Amino acid sequence: MSLLEVRDLTVTYPGGAAAVRGVGLTVEAGEKLGLAGESGCGKSTLALALLRLLPAGARVGGEILLDGEDVLTMKWGRVRAVRWAGASIVFQGAMHSLNAVHRVGDQIAEPILLHRGATPADARRRAGELLEQVGLPAARARAYPHELSGGQRQRVMIAMALACEPRLVVADEPTTALDVMIQAQILRLIENLVGEQDVGLMMISHDLAVLADTCDRLAVMYAGRVVEEGPAREVYDDARHPYGRALSGAFPRIGDPGSRFAPRGLPGDPPDPAAVPSGCAFHPRCPVALDVCATEDQVLRDAGPRRRAACVHVGTDATGTPDGNGSGGTASARDDGVRSRTP
Amino acid sequence: MTGTTPTPPPGTPPRATPDASPGTPLDGTPDAPPGGMPGPGPGLPPGAGRGPSSAAESPLLSVEGLHVAFPGRRGGADARAVDGVDLDIRRGEIVALVGESGCGKTTLARSLLGLVRPVRGRVTFDGAPLAHSARALKAYRRRAQLVLQDPSGSLNPRHTVYDIVAEGLRIHGRPGDERTAVAEALSRAGLRPPERFFLRYPHELSGGQRQRVVIAGALVLRPELLVADEPVASLDASVRGEILALLLRLRTELGLAALVVTHDLGLAWNIADRVAVMYLGRIVETGAVEQVLTAPRHPYTRALLSVLPEAPGDPVVLTGEPPDPSNIPTGCRFHARCQVLADGTAERAGVADACRSREPAVLHGGGESQVACHWALAAPREVSPAGPAPR
Repeated sequence: MSLLEVRDLTVTYPGGAAAVRGVGLTVEAGEKLGLAGESGCGKSTLALALLRLLPAGARVGGEILLDGEDVLTMKWGRVRAVRWAGASIVFQGAMHSLNAVHRVGDQIAEPILLHRGATPADARRRAGELLEQVGLPAARARAYPHELSGGQRQRVMIAMALACEPRLVVADEPTTALDVMIQAQILRLIENLVGEQDVGLMMISHDLAVLADTCDRLAVMYAGRVVEEGPAREVYDDARHPYGRALSGAFPRIGDPGSRFAPRGLPGDPPDPAAVPSGCAFHPRCPVALDVCATEDQVLRDAGPRRRAACVHVGTDATGTPDGNGSGGTASARDDGVRSRTP
Repeated sequence: MTGTTPTPPPGTPPRATPDASPGTPLDGTPDAPPGGMPGPGPGLPPGAGRGPSSAAESPLLSVEGLHVAFPGRRGGADARAVDGVDLDIRRGEIVALVGESGCGKTTLARSLLGLVRPVRGRVTFDGAPLAHSARALKAYRRRAQLVLQDPSGSLNPRHTVYDIVAEGLRIHGRPGDERTAVAEALSRAGLRPPERFFLRYPHELSGGQRQRVVIAGALVLRPELLVADEPVASLDASVRGEILALLLRLRTELGLAALVVTHDLGLAWNIADRVAVMYLGRIVETGAVEQVLTAPRHPYTRALLSVLPEAPGDPVVLTGEPPDPSNIPTGCRFHARCQVLADGTAERAGVADACRSREPAVLHGGGESQVACHWALAAPREVSPAGPAPR
């Protein structure tokens, strides 16, 4: 049984914005899954849905199985028990996620008091240990959030997420707005903690390069769907979906003469979740779209060992042998198509 | 509109002449501009379409010995945000200024536009020293424009795209047909057909389109220099490439020079001719992008490159946060975090004492590749135990 299994999750906000439109994902214990996508693709909504943190009025469908138990049908008391102890979230923007008028040590101790029934002294001691685990002196427990730097605040957030020893940690843009050096420190920290404690990690980011470097598997979201999935390195280096390919091409490889004076992007803008295009949602921006893409929805299909992609070009001419020569030929043709459209 | 504020910054020191004509040096010393500077430049230099002009030509913008400090709080020491910087930008050249937050890169960019008054040093634009009187600054800002990081924050939500772009023209009272100028700026910035955008409001546009409006507003005055502070940091990855391509195209088509301030080394690789790496108020390494980013010499540049996801070899993760500009270490300002000093490599090269006690010289502003590091200057270039090897 997987640690986390999301089946056909849909989330629609009041007003009709279909933020998540049928997502299936699994995270095993000890596995690091990266969820990549741009603003508005539904990745943060997905994270909130995992612990039923969405605002009232959002309609949620599908199943979210955490250790086999469906979070969406749990009683509220059970949901509260699962939060922090079963799964915890490191939110983006540590600036706003910490309470400005409480000392950080007390904020870390709060879930320990509530979930573990610990004595205040024990909880304080544990908060100090957690701070040291994330590389801050235990004495910093007495600091207020504004006395800490951005990187230190993010460390506090991570300490909080680990406070009740959850099985699953969801990190939503944990390093956005941090400098490269601090980002490297935080990523290393998350990697070590996950490795030591055998928890599952779902890391959400717009930065495909960082995810490819940190995670085992990678899922790329576009307009509320996963459009590509597979081993992280393979997806980054050789995406099968034209969007995955464009996104990975948007991160320049320093030293690569091909990207010198040749920034790559994708014409057009990410779609509005309230007005998702018909057919394949990516077709208006797709450099290799066919007529059929405008009308026919494209679902995830096998695209090689342990890989899936939701594109009409995947598996068409190489049914059964998606990794064979036929598919290789299509991949390079698609490559040319993408390049010719980008500046 | 960005960069067109006609008022000088508050806190004008009394010694400044109230009506400083263009020609009054920043620091009040009456020395003439360095010899060999031509007068107000002709339009575009030949060869502006392809890369920067030759080194022999005088730079469009030149910064010498610039110091900017902010008063310390509660009587503390001043924060020396920019602590001795020389930097030249030639016509048609794109220079990337990279560094971590708090290194002073934004303060340097702002002082180039006269938004911050330096304590010492001078900024020379097209041969004439930058003056800080309202009139001189207004005239200057017709030729040098600022593009800010967050397009949502730098656009007035109650103005239409047309008014936003036309504001610069109105402030400067440019002759000619306003409508044509606005339409041209919008289409140059990639918003086509421009008429379709005239009556739109910022909230109706996507992030990428908003940044294009900001750029159009800067372009409408036909500036010679664009100072862009993190121009794509708030944009999605797929849109980012399009905006960077636009900046490159403007250089090719209009011969526009640009200083791009960023923390993103990949961006420098994408569009810049030259890169200057800033640490704690100083430029510590500068040179051609290919040189600095593929064969970095300063330990700090090496560390920055080594932690990028793509980097080969072991990452050099510096501990701690960037230090405090109000308490700059003696000797080399990087020595307390320097991995080359920490692992004894500098000791073996016989420069460890110099690192702790002697400050490396300020780098020249010109194009040649330079590094402010005792160890890098002493060691043969091939020995590189502490950084990514050239790729």
